[in-house]
Amino acid sequence: MMKRVKSVDELIKFKEAALVKIKERQIGDKTTIVVNMGTCGIAAGARDVMMAIIDEIEKRNISDVIITQAGCAGMCEHEPMLEVIKPCSPQVIYTRLNKEKARRIVIDHVINGRVVEEYALMQQA
Amino acid sequence: MHYYRAHVLVCAGSVCVTSGCRAVKEAILEGITRHQLEEEIKVVETGCMGFCELGPLVVVYPEGVMYCRVKVEDAAVIVNEHLLKGRIVKHLLYQDPNTRKTVTLMKDLPFLSKQTKVAMRNAGLINPEDIEEYIAGEGYLALAKVLSSMSPEEVIIEMKKSGLRGRGGAGFLTGLKWEFTAKARGTQKYVVCNGDEGVPGVFMDRSILEGDPHSVIEAMAIAGYAVGADQGYIYVRAEYPLAVEKLRHAINQACEFGLLGENILGTGFNFEVNIRVGAGAFVCGEETALLASIEGRRGEPRPRPPFPANEGLWGKPTLINNVETLSSVPPIILKGGAWYASMGTEKSKGTKVFALTGKVNNTGLIEVPMGIPLKEIIFDIGGGILNNKKLKAVLAGGPVGGFIPAEHLNVSMDYESLAALGTLIGSGSLTVIDEDTCVVDLVKFFVEFCHEESCGKCTPCRIGTKRMLEILERITRGEGKDGDIEALEVLCDYIKNTALCGLGQSAPNPVLSMLRYFRPELEAHVRDKHCPASVCAFLFDSPCQNTAEGGVR
Amino acid sequence: MPMVTLTIDGKEVQVEQGTTVLEAAKKVNINIPTLCYLKDINVVGACRICVVEVKGARTLQAACVTPAAENMVVLTNTPAVRASRRMTLELILSNHPFECPTCVRNKNCELQSLAEAFGIREVRYSGANPVHVMDDSSVSIIRDPDKCILCRRCASVCEKVQTVSAIGPQGRGFDTVIAPGVDMVLAESNCVNCGQCVLVCPTGAIYERDQTEEVWAALADPQKHVVVQTAPSVRVAIGEMFGMEPGSVATGQMVAAIRKLGFDKVFDTDFAADLTIMEEGSELLERINNGGILPQITSCSPGWVKFIEHFYPTLLPHVSTCKSPQQMFGALAKTFYAEKAGVDPADIFSVSIMPCTAKKFEAQRPEMNASGYQDVDVALTTRELGRMLKQAGIDFNELPEENYDDPLGVSTGAAVIFGATGGVMEAALRTVYEIVTGNTLASVDFVDVRGMEGVKEATVKVGDLDVKVAVAHGLGNARKLLDALQAGEANYHFIEIMCCPGGCIGGGGQPIPTNYEIRQKRIDGIYTADEAMVLRKSHENPAIQQLYKEYLEKPLGHKSHQLLHTKYTSRGQSNQL
Ligand SMILES: Cc1cc2nc3c(=O)[nH]c(=O)nc-3n(C[C@H](O)[C@H](O)[C@H](O)COP(=O)(O)O)c2cc1C
Ligand code: SF4
Ligand code: SF4
Ligand code: SF4
Ligand code: SF4
Ligand code: FES
Ligand code: FES
Repeated sequence: MMKRVKSVDELIKFKEAALVKIKERQIGDKTTIVVNMGTCGIAAGARDVMMAIIDEIEKRNISDVIITQAGCAGMCEHEPMLEVIKPCSPQVIYTRLNKEKARRIVIDHVINGRVVEEYALMQQA
Repeated sequence: MHYYRAHVLVCAGSVCVTSGCRAVKEAILEGITRHQLEEEIKVVETGCMGFCELGPLVVVYPEGVMYCRVKVEDAAVIVNEHLLKGRIVKHLLYQDPNTRKTVTLMKDLPFLSKQTKVAMRNAGLINPEDIEEYIAGEGYLALAKVLSSMSPEEVIIEMKKSGLRGRGGAGFLTGLKWEFTAKARGTQKYVVCNGDEGVPGVFMDRSILEGDPHSVIEAMAIAGYAVGADQGYIYVRAEYPLAVEKLRHAINQACEFGLLGENILGTGFNFEVNIRVGAGAFVCGEETALLASIEGRRGEPRPRPPFPANEGLWGKPTLINNVETLSSVPPIILKGGAWYASMGTEKSKGTKVFALTGKVNNTGLIEVPMGIPLKEIIFDIGGGILNNKKLKAVLAGGPVGGFIPAEHLNVSMDYESLAALGTLIGSGSLTVIDEDTCVVDLVKFFVEFCHEESCGKCTPCRIGTKRMLEILERITRGEGKDGDIEALEVLCDYIKNTALCGLGQSAPNPVLSMLRYFRPELEAHVRDKHCPASVCAFLFDSPCQNTAEGGVR
Repeated sequence: MPMVTLTIDGKEVQVEQGTTVLEAAKKVNINIPTLCYLKDINVVGACRICVVEVKGARTLQAACVTPAAENMVVLTNTPAVRASRRMTLELILSNHPFECPTCVRNKNCELQSLAEAFGIREVRYSGANPVHVMDDSSVSIIRDPDKCILCRRCASVCEKVQTVSAIGPQGRGFDTVIAPGVDMVLAESNCVNCGQCVLVCPTGAIYERDQTEEVWAALADPQKHVVVQTAPSVRVAIGEMFGMEPGSVATGQMVAAIRKLGFDKVFDTDFAADLTIMEEGSELLERINNGGILPQITSCSPGWVKFIEHFYPTLLPHVSTCKSPQQMFGALAKTFYAEKAGVDPADIFSVSIMPCTAKKFEAQRPEMNASGYQDVDVALTTRELGRMLKQAGIDFNELPEENYDDPLGVSTGAAVIFGATGGVMEAALRTVYEIVTGNTLASVDFVDVRGMEGVKEATVKVGDLDVKVAVAHGLGNARKLLDALQAGEANYHFIEIMCCPGGCIGGGGQPIPTNYEIRQKRIDGIYTADEAMVLRKSHENPAIQQLYKEYLEKPLGHKSHQLLHTKYTSRGQSNQL
């Protein structure tokens, strides 16, 4: 059964935890991760990549990230691919990804703001 | 808590339910399952988003893309295109009827442009059935704040500072009413939420009760703490089954969470809330009638004093507040009375929800700061008059209100300015009337409404409105006679001055307003047997003009 | 009580806090007109005739519900006030049949009087009037909703004073009607026929069933031997129909006047009241001595009897099995008297003059035919008698006094006081005391049980026994005693209950108006009449002694049981049943 909130402090803690439920419905300065999920991408393992990203974000309780998907980018040999768009900074496309690489991108780039050069295809201004 | 990369909000307010949102939601869920997106995307039912006319509405977050008039067959497209491939489905977007431009994001809707949401802050944004979503949006923090760090007196001071005035119609200062109830002698006191909402065409209370029931419950508990009550009643009209359902659910959840009941948040404060479903008569919204109805007696008003603050439910001191009033309370407590008072005019503070209807392009619920010029409401938010017709007037206050003729379009929307024009903010109904509307016919319709809703207790309202209606009926039938207008004037003045309750006292308002602004139109009906707007059936161009004889001219 | 000072029409007046403007105005001799107001009972502000100007108020205020406040400035007679009152009257009249000459309340109608006072000569507004069906289902009370002005006085009396709630507003708005229920008629309801609603109705919308024609017909029938009995309380009220002061004792004139109408015998219900004391007193003693059900409760008020049948049927065994005096008289008239006078009971037409509309119901109860015929043929109210006397052109006030006929016209002071609350109790105590102790009472006055207090109690030492008694009048007060009884908190021996406030002098068949002051005066009249009697104890009534000797043998004897005792019916509680 549901938890009883027994004190004001508990309520505030509870609120922090619950925040994730609605945070992404509030529009603000957010990082967007676009995963290419065309047929070729999915065939190359894009779905695993997507799930890894979601898992990482959930684990770390990050709330200002938007994950969307896009269709085929026309560079099928580079799949799985994704794009990270941070407010006020260049947009980065990562290629030939797998679960582990995806996790690193979340930690290094999305959270800590360091572009993971070795997977990056290119950076656009 | 699980993280979803996207949330699909489906409006499940009463109107959208009627237009088929449940089936749309099912279809979206089905598409999501088909594409195995259950882990990534969550579908949430919300309360009314305020643009009911455009429903069923679906909003996809995080982007906040709004799709209108979504049909079941559109659901698959939304899933395949937007949810799977991230491509916006253009043909389901809102299109501005004037500019023909499409609007992708909900926040960019012109309808929302000048709005400031306080009372309606959550409606349409959260799942009303999930207390966690309410708490996530600072829900129950205001209650926590008053219980842990404020004395009842401090709460009342804060409310007085806010300048909030009752949104149920009378516009009485909420803080003052709380103070009266707090000071009233008696150990047993009650808090009552008035959710009768009997004025036709307004539905902000329903929309709040359906979309954000916890804000009302939280506010009642805060009020209970401030005035010294441990029991609350929410009176909802029987025509609002969905609101009743959401409220029930919310009350149960709040009880489970220990946010209602005994020893709330370990502070020793007890408060419980009960629902009373009313017969849904307009007059039952009048506070003394409402109390009678809760007590199980015939729902009719009684003379005041004694006021409910001193002698209310079962003779005990009782605080009665409207739904919208209450829903504004938690933000006031959290952000401070001064914050609320920073919006609005000198005497009319904060924001007010209006139900914009009639001959205007965008209709729906809007929440705007008090004092906004009417023009901005009609043209910036409402998108102007339908079919580019000429604006004739805006009727404020519904069947007990009065007209704001086109020449007063710049009026500041606040209690005082509208009163000066002979009308009122009332329940927040704004009906836009264009040149094709016959004012006499409309006024007759309103008088009929009041007459039908009269409880029948006092002479002026019971018989007076009947006689008033009979005169108007005659006039619109083309049987008006000399002296009718004067007879109406005398009768209006009498009823306004002698009726027992607000219903009777305000029933003549539309007639008086017509006499003030549209007397020539009324005279044309009576004297020339002519309806300038060609609405009154018997007053179409007289037959002789259409016969050969008339044709000769 | 803190006082407040206000100004009414320029005059300063000081009143207790909570006093209404209406009552405050009375103190400076200003009578604000009212229609719906009924002090302490119907304070609803519905009719709006009493509006006044209050400085600073947004609208006119109804004086009957507006509490006087410190420094309040009230104007009761301004053009705006007069115009408003006129309009109220005109609107009411626009929804009212113009039937004064044929109306039961012609010349005694508050609406008519106000229209007259305001000089209403035309009604500016006209339009639809809701058409209602007249409810003549009840044998006692007739409702004519077309004449109802929806003041609610009847409903409030029924609910608050009598706690019956038989009638109330049904429907809403313009179509509101005072009725027992939607599409329900009075005869099917729990109405106890007390007629208190009739007394308070300002118009002719609710009134007694008029049975004078039946009596005229009997009087005109040479075959019929028409006898009449007059209830104790009629003699102190009938004079009001002819302009006498309330409370005037007009026994002699009344007997003379009734005789002039052509009745063959003019008898007195008081005779039967004395008989009732013999029977009921004996029943009480028997219950006390043989461990019967106590307290015993009186049964002479038919409104009360129907009330307990509806609302407390389980307590019926407490009710004395004695018939009411009217019915005892009726049974004896067609048996004992018929034999004695040598008249065929089939030819006897037995009329009673009663203060009470419920007596009409009682008279036609199917079990009331001990003689083989309906014991009482017609029960007329005081008001109906007044009308008959007026029709006959009898100069009531100038009539020389006459006496009742023998033998059923002989009575004592103990019987007269049946007409006031506490009277039956007092009469019973006078007799029970002397029978049990064999001593003569030093004073026959038991003042503890007299007066207008709702529930009265007394303890009387009768020999070794402390007899505990209680008296209630008005069914709301009766309810209090019954609730106490049910809760086991009422260890009395004997309870007197009268349906109507003040007892029969305040009965639903009495002259209109009947209000608190008038009730009080009639009570005074009752005790004056008692004191004027030579005999003041029922057991001393020689005609009663004779009756037992010749006919009944002894109280509670076989014949008594046959003729003078009855049984009760358990009925449904609410109108909805
Ligand atoms: C005829 C009539 C109908 C009313 N209907 C409503 C209603 O539906 N909802 C409401 O909140 N107040 C209604 N009111 C106002 C209430 O009497 C009362 O003033 C209000 O509930 C107080 O709450 P507030 O101070 O928060 O506005 C009505 C008043 C009248 C005279
Ligand atoms: S004004 Fe109308 S609704 Fe109000 S009490 Fe009078 S009759 Fe009833
Ligand atoms: S009730 Fe009064 S006003 Fe009406 S008809 Fe009878 S006497 Fe006349
Ligand atoms: S007769 Fe008595 S019980 Fe019947 S309706 Fe009138 S007041 Fe009520
Ligand atoms: S019946 Fe008589 S007392 Fe009752 S509401 Fe109508 S007018 Fe008033
Ligand atoms: S009900 Fe869906 S927007 Fe109002
Ligand atoms: S007497 Fe005051 S309102 Fe009727």
